[in-house]
Amino acid sequence: MANIGLYIELKNGAFKKANRELLSLAARGGHNVHAIVFCADARPYLEELKGVQVIVQVQGADLAYQPDRYAATLAAIIEEYKLDVFLGAFSAQGKDLFPRLAAKAKAGLVSDCLAVDLDKRQAVKPVYSGKLLAEYRVAGPRALFTVRPNVIPVEPPAAGGAPELKSRALDTGEPRTRIVEVIQSASQRVDLTEAEIIISGGRAMKAQENFAVLEDLARVLNAGVGASRAAVDAGFASSDMQVGQTGKVVNPKLYIACGISGAIQHFVGMKTSKVIVAVNKDPEAPIFKKADYGIVGDLFTVVPLLNEELKKALG
Amino acid sequence: MNIYVCIKQVPDTEATILVKDGKTINETNVKWIISPYDEYAIEEALKLREKAAGSKVTAVCLGPERVQSALRTALAMGADAALHVECAAALDSLGTARALAHVIRADKDFGVIFLGRQAIDDDASQLHILLAEELSIPVATNVLAFAYDGGKVRVEREIDEGAAVAAAKGLNTPRYASMMGIMKAKKIEIRKVALAETGVEEAGNLVSLLKLSSPPEKPQGRIIPGEPAAAVHELVKLLREEAKVL
Ligand SMILES: Cc1cc2nc3c(=O)[nH]c(=O)nc-3n(C[C@H](O)[C@H](O)[C@H](O)COP(=O)(O)OP(=O)(O)OC[C@H]3O[C@@H](n4cnc5c(N)ncnc54)[C@H](O)[C@@H]3O)c2cc1C
Ligand SMILES: Nc1ncnc2c1ncn2[C@@H]1O[C@H](COP(=O)(O)O)[C@@H](O)[C@H]1O
Repeated sequence: MANIGLYIELKNGAFKKANRELLSLAARGGHNVHAIVFCADARPYLEELKGVQVIVQVQGADLAYQPDRYAATLAAIIEEYKLDVFLGAFSAQGKDLFPRLAAKAKAGLVSDCLAVDLDKRQAVKPVYSGKLLAEYRVAGPRALFTVRPNVIPVEPPAAGGAPELKSRALDTGEPRTRIVEVIQSASQRVDLTEAEIIISGGRAMKAQENFAVLEDLARVLNAGVGASRAAVDAGFASSDMQVGQTGKVVNPKLYIACGISGAIQHFVGMKTSKVIVAVNKDPEAPIFKKADYGIVGDLFTVVPLLNEELKKALG
Repeated sequence: MNIYVCIKQVPDTEATILVKDGKTINETNVKWIISPYDEYAIEEALKLREKAAGSKVTAVCLGPERVQSALRTALAMGADAALHVECAAALDSLGTARALAHVIRADKDFGVIFLGRQAIDDDASQLHILLAEELSIPVATNVLAFAYDGGKVRVEREIDEGAAVAAAKGLNTPRYASMMGIMKAKKIEIRKVALAETGVEEAGNLVSLLKLSSPPEKPQGRIIPGEPAAAVHELVKLLREEAKVL
């Protein structure tokens, strides 16, 4: 039985969906699971954390994410609780935090995993932008993995005894970087990397205002809005909306590509979507070879129709 | 100040990647390029040099013989010097970071190091942070804007999507190598450092590759025929009843 640690990510106090995926992964195989939560009082999350054996709440005067302090604290927790395997989400924060932890704990890290074998310390992850899959093994006393969101199916937690609640103080070493200001992005309402549904627009959107057509549809579906690089480069969409090789890798259950040709660099960013729908006026567009369902037509006709139809069907 | 930029050579984004013997890729017909994010890193390094008088940009790459062409491209874009850490072995990220830290640390005047947020072959997304930790210097990831003023660096970085730093465009637009740049680059000697000199070896890897494989292909989808209204009606039905995603 191994000691497994989970980095529980909170977003303004809310429990992220990715945490449930990590909990489901860790629950397999009867390990001793530790959940590490950076908050003064973890009791409000007891229900969410059902099934874990130990909860470590990290307390401190300022618990806002600070990479150096978070990594130092986690490295100490990994030592103290002799955690063999430590898991987190491959989220914006996970990408920033886990490599620091790998350096501090002198442990191997495999990032962006699709599957992790906790006993063998092996993981499968996409490489070459998803053109291949690679299986890695981590040697040494500690192994770190970050897991791609939306991949591990969430299972209801197994009933278990009440977890042990432990506390630890946040490391207060002088951080090397300081946050001067947090600026709210104008664009995103829904986190693309965690979104269940994404509607993306390409060069065919023609203007920034026209993204309103996609945003209307997104509201009906509670979806995120993405863009191709051509749309970003033309200034129709902000760069945090870009999906693809040099943008975000997304993994929703439904991806609707509107006026996007389907270049390989776009495709590798969304190819693992469960279902891909393409709307394009060119029947020869390569996107149709990759989509599950395609509609040949003008997006400015098709998308509003889809909006109406969905309102009827879902309303 | 000496500015460094670490670049990786990767297969072209268009390339079809096939597995050769379970652990390596078939390199025949692969066109090699500088990893796209590293081009942004080069551009930012060159821009900083233009502002910080008397500074020099060195491109560094760890890899086999072939990576010299990536270093040549960096020189042609405008880098002043190039350093090749010769390594034909497959090092893990920690090993690569140690080797790169070794050669950069040897320069007492190193100021700022630029890297890409991820290399598009292993997509490991960690080397920049491991390198910084190895050198005990601050690091910022996912940078959308960069400013250097009197020894202090200020960046805008995209954090958790949702509360992100707004940037209408990416960090910059990488410059192309000019004809003159290419001619000049030919005359610059690429400095070579053998991996053994850095004290890092493949045997020290903590992360090792067991197997490479091609993911299952998605079966080709279908075009829904008919007038837009009818096609949309059918699509919604399929999404609900067949795909069950709504
Ligand atoms: C190193 C590198 C990295 C890259 N990274 C990325 C990346 O991360 N993400 C990315 O997206 N791209 C990336 N690209 C760019 C990529 O190669 C394509 O150029 C880009 O994806 C094209 O965007 P698009 O499909 O919106 O535009 P286009 O290819 O111009 O396609 C527009 C499509 O819209 C259709 N259309 C036009 N009008 C309408 C209408 N009214 N209704 C319906 N359809 C219409 C057209 O038929 C066409 O198929 C990268 C390229 C390189 C070289
Ligand atoms: N072999 C290498 N030589 C020089 N720089 C590298 C090498 N591998 C990775 N890098 C740099 O580290 C960044 C992140 O790489 P990775 O962690 O592999 O995704 C890349 O974008 C490069 O800037």
